[in-house]
Amino acid sequence: MSNVGIVIVSHSPDVAKGAADMVRQMVGDEVPLAWCGGNAEGGLGTDVAAISEAIERAWSEAGVAILVDLGGAETNSEMAIEFLPDERRGRVVVCNAPIVEGAVVAATEASGGSPLDVVKATAEELSP
Amino acid sequence: MEIDEALRRKLVQAVADTVIAHAEELTTLDMAIGDGDHGLNMKRGFEAVLADLDKIVALPLPKALHQVGMTLVMKVGGASGPLYGTLFMQLGKSLPEAPTRAEAAEAFAAAIDAVKARGKSDVGSKTMLDVLAPVLAALRADGDLRALPDVADAAAEATKPMKALRGRASFLGERSIGHVDPGGRSSALIVRAVVAAL
Repeated sequence: MSNVGIVIVSHSPDVAKGAADMVRQMVGDEVPLAWCGGNAEGGLGTDVAAISEAIERAWSEAGVAILVDLGGAETNSEMAIEFLPDERRGRVVVCNAPIVEGAVVAATEASGGSPLDVVKATAEELSP
Repeated sequence: MEIDEALRRKLVQAVADTVIAHAEELTTLDMAIGDGDHGLNMKRGFEAVLADLDKIVALPLPKALHQVGMTLVMKVGGASGPLYGTLFMQLGKSLPEAPTRAEAAEAFAAAIDAVKARGKSDVGSKTMLDVLAPVLAALRADGDLRALPDVADAAAEATKPMKALRGRASFLGERSIGHVDPGGRSSALIVRAVVAAL
């Protein structure tokens, strides 16, 4: 699949899964999609290893757009991007957008075949 | 100064023990203005460091610091993981195996810059940077190293009247005023542990 992939990273697995369900309802299987949420012990938080795995699951040659909720989700996502191999690192971005609306809008844009920068820009239009 | 395996063990153990012993205090501070997980998260991270202590301290200083940072990144589970992880990993990148005081200060400066970049923050936002920066200034000045913990404690205390501009506490706006920043406090604890072990 050559559409941009979407990764949803929340402190809460329930939020991440719920947002992913809404994306699926909107775009079906046209977009690679993965989510993760919670720390390694199952509490609220984010986990770099889990984010890395989610990027792998949603990987697309067109790149991956990550939607996050609060600070740690963003910082840990940026850390996971830095750990990617050189040839992938430039093709994964964190979108500055609300997590649920951003994921749905980004996935809808991605399902039309838009490139990564357009997917990111469309999601970020939601942020004032 | 030569930092051999025995001293590396003493340093890492002291920092981990201090953070773990103060986990409850850090969590209480974080409950006031954050999401209340700073102590628990840091405790989880440093327990993972202790679990690998033998392997970590057997490495040369730069690699040992990198490994401490990497463990914190992977295990802490909050924003403090990548922030402290970046601090230790950059120290590992910048410190020679037997640093002079001047080399240590410059490595510490590089590590602070890396934390600023990672957190997209700077001094004055009520964060760990408000403790690390004055400690760096004191390290660069020629005073007694033994004074650094007091500089760090005073700087942590000085975050109390500040208004948070970064992190979860920034959502509270004016209400973040009057509480010590948990990241500032954990930074001061780590500075004290390092100086005491040297």
